[in-house]
Amino acid sequence: MKIKSLIYYALISSIFLFSLVSIWKILVTLQGVELKNFNFEIIITLGIAISLLNLIIGEKLNYLIKSTLFAFIFTFVDGFLFQVMPVWYNIGIFAILIFFSLKINKYSRKYLASEHSSQIVIFDFLTLFGIVLFSFVILFPFYMMLITSFKTQAALLINPLDFSINFKQDFKELFKSYFVIFDTYKFGRYILISTFVSVGTVIVTLLFAIPAAYAVARLNFFGKNFLSTSILIIYMFPAIVLVIPLYTVFSQLGLRNSVGGLLIVYTATTLPVAIYMLQGYFRSIPKELEEAAIMDKLNWFGIIIKIILPLSIPAISSVALYVFMIAWNEFLFSLMFLDNPNSFTLSRAIQYLSGDAETPRQYLMAGSVVVTIPVLLIFVYFEKYLVSGLTAGSVKG
Amino acid sequence: MSDTLSKIEKRTAYILILPAVFLVFSIILFPIFANVWISFKEVGLKDIRIPEPRAKKIVKSIKDNPDQLKIIYKLRNSSLILEIRNVKFQDKLPKNIKPINLDERCRVKSNKIYCDFGNWQAKYKENFQILLKSSDGKTINKKEIKTIKPKLSGKSDNILLNTNFTLKNFKKVFFQNEFFDLLSTTFYYTFFGTIGSIVFGILTAQLVNQKFFGRTFMRSVLLFPYVGPVVALAYTWELLLDPYSGTLNNLLMNFQVIQEPLNLLGQKYLTINFFGFDLKLRLALTTVIIFEIWRYFPLAFLFILARLQAVPKELYEAAEVDGAGPLQKFISITLPQIAAVISILFMIRFIWNFNKFEDIFLLTGGASGTRTLPINVYEQGFTISDIGMGSAVSIVIVALLLLFMFVYFKLIGKRADEN
Repeated sequence: MKIKSLIYYALISSIFLFSLVSIWKILVTLQGVELKNFNFEIIITLGIAISLLNLIIGEKLNYLIKSTLFAFIFTFVDGFLFQVMPVWYNIGIFAILIFFSLKINKYSRKYLASEHSSQIVIFDFLTLFGIVLFSFVILFPFYMMLITSFKTQAALLINPLDFSINFKQDFKELFKSYFVIFDTYKFGRYILISTFVSVGTVIVTLLFAIPAAYAVARLNFFGKNFLSTSILIIYMFPAIVLVIPLYTVFSQLGLRNSVGGLLIVYTATTLPVAIYMLQGYFRSIPKELEEAAIMDKLNWFGIIIKIILPLSIPAISSVALYVFMIAWNEFLFSLMFLDNPNSFTLSRAIQYLSGDAETPRQYLMAGSVVVTIPVLLIFVYFEKYLVSGLTAGSVKG
Repeated sequence: MSDTLSKIEKRTAYILILPAVFLVFSIILFPIFANVWISFKEVGLKDIRIPEPRAKKIVKSIKDNPDQLKIIYKLRNSSLILEIRNVKFQDKLPKNIKPINLDERCRVKSNKIYCDFGNWQAKYKENFQILLKSSDGKTINKKEIKTIKPKLSGKSDNILLNTNFTLKNFKKVFFQNEFFDLLSTTFYYTFFGTIGSIVFGILTAQLVNQKFFGRTFMRSVLLFPYVGPVVALAYTWELLLDPYSGTLNNLLMNFQVIQEPLNLLGQKYLTINFFGFDLKLRLALTTVIIFEIWRYFPLAFLFILARLQAVPKELYEAAEVDGAGPLQKFISITLPQIAAVISILFMIRFIWNFNKFEDIFLLTGGASGTRTLPINVYEQGFTISDIGMGSAVSIVIVALLLLFMFVYFKLIGKRADEN
């Protein structure tokens, strides 16, 4: 056994344990439990002790018994000797320790003697650490968004760290913020408008994009190469440089504050990427099918409808989902074009709500939950189809 | 035969692409060119409204005279700045009614009144009257007259269409707008945001490329910030980071990491004592960059993960046989394999971050040293209400973008030649 590997192993594993315990402590604190210290020294010492014990015991004990033993020792020292905590806190600590012990089980004296073992130990724990840390950092804001929407301003003023939710209270009390934003702030209407704009954008974009993509993929015409490269360059141009001219022209044409105007702009901004994605897919469809159709005297429109469309349902639906998500999340144009609360989209409505400093934050968060959930649901449910599109750069952001 | 076929093909192609090209041209390309035009003009937000001749119709009955009626038109020029030339007026009357003592500017032709009002100055107002008499002695139906709306037309200068050009906006952009401050803030934001998102993209891709329990779940979760609506995410962060009621500051103070709350989004500089040197950190800008990295590293993650999964396993196995450790494997196999993806990512992210508007706008509104060029477009155009200035800043952005693309394609082209 190399002494360098041993030190790396003991230190890094205990730091990993410390970070696990600290994240648990943060979550516990947010339930209103008073907890003032991460107890860095104690946890690190315990962690080093356990990881060394793990090496000493080795395989003399069954790994399950070993893990349970470690968990008991740690929970006892942490939960009874140094601080008095609720039972559920200790159950969490116990579970973390079981997980940790199972992870360090694979390290033995023999393992640490092998070549590159210190590097492998670092890489292993960095991986674990990364998974835990990234999941926490990514999910934490979403978690806070959700639980803030169930709290009241008064409760948060008393203890800004108490995000515990009282599930025993009345259903109407629990979901009060949601009732308020739907009753007082007309969020039902905004959901309808957002849905209408997004679905409308999907339909119009597909109507324009499918024929154009087919032409780019299959037909020969003058300027074809120029067109397909300019699609990508146009896609690179940002919305912010379009805003002022569009605002002036739309004002003069009376298209501002109209859902139709928004729909035109969304369609135009999503068209380049829709065409780009669809033409890539259309190219992969075997040409022979179309040649047979030409023999049957089908014209180009017939070919698109009878042959291309049925074969490219997956690509078309993934483009449709993207366009929907882009239109649903869009903010800049809705900020520019809409200033009448009767024609707000969800994003614009939330921004309008936040403009009033008096708006309690749980309403803002309830609104945010309402606008976020559909997108995340669509994303999780259709992830398989969407990931390949994301790598094609379909969501500009 | 084949000649006509290719002709038909060409024609069909044009028919198929025309709608899309037309729409993209009018909503994306036209505005980019329109920016050039507007940026050379002095136009404010209020100049955008086209002056319109307007008339409000009021119908009044005359006492003791049931077969007569008076219509008052409240005429006005809607603009406070511009005159309207050659105003024409037209209104319809019911069949049995004739006007009496008609104003000399007007004439009647088959139940319609036509008037030429000439030119109206800015703010012009007039109460114009017509007296009506029933020709068959019956009472006049007031409602019927009221429902008919008069038509007005006139010519006016559209400030946007005249040919008065000026260089004032560009002078202001470069000399009075703290231009270099703006530019450096934009570059900090863009550069560190890009580098950060790529570094975190590499780390997370490396993570998810290994086998572990819950890997697919992890992959979805990592993409949440990228697909979530920016409004919801920005406000959540704003609440988390709030100096007084925000969770982050409260947590840090609770665990005694800091003594005083940090105003992460509202403080321009934070002085850090670093081994006796006072370092000034641009706090709000750093926070905004961290948000940007948090939100956009998933794109880098996906690109790099897709590339990593295509790296042949034999390469790693061979390296292992040669006795390479994990670090060496990463440096001599993984990095060269993903280098091309990283350069593409750098370009995409650089361009998109350079143009990011929503994130900063929602988090700080451009205050406390986070004013970037896109934020400045909005401020000039809609806060200061100077459309011309806003366009001029847009032009600067487009010019810089074209420069980036040019440099990038030059570099890529060079590398392609070398290989």
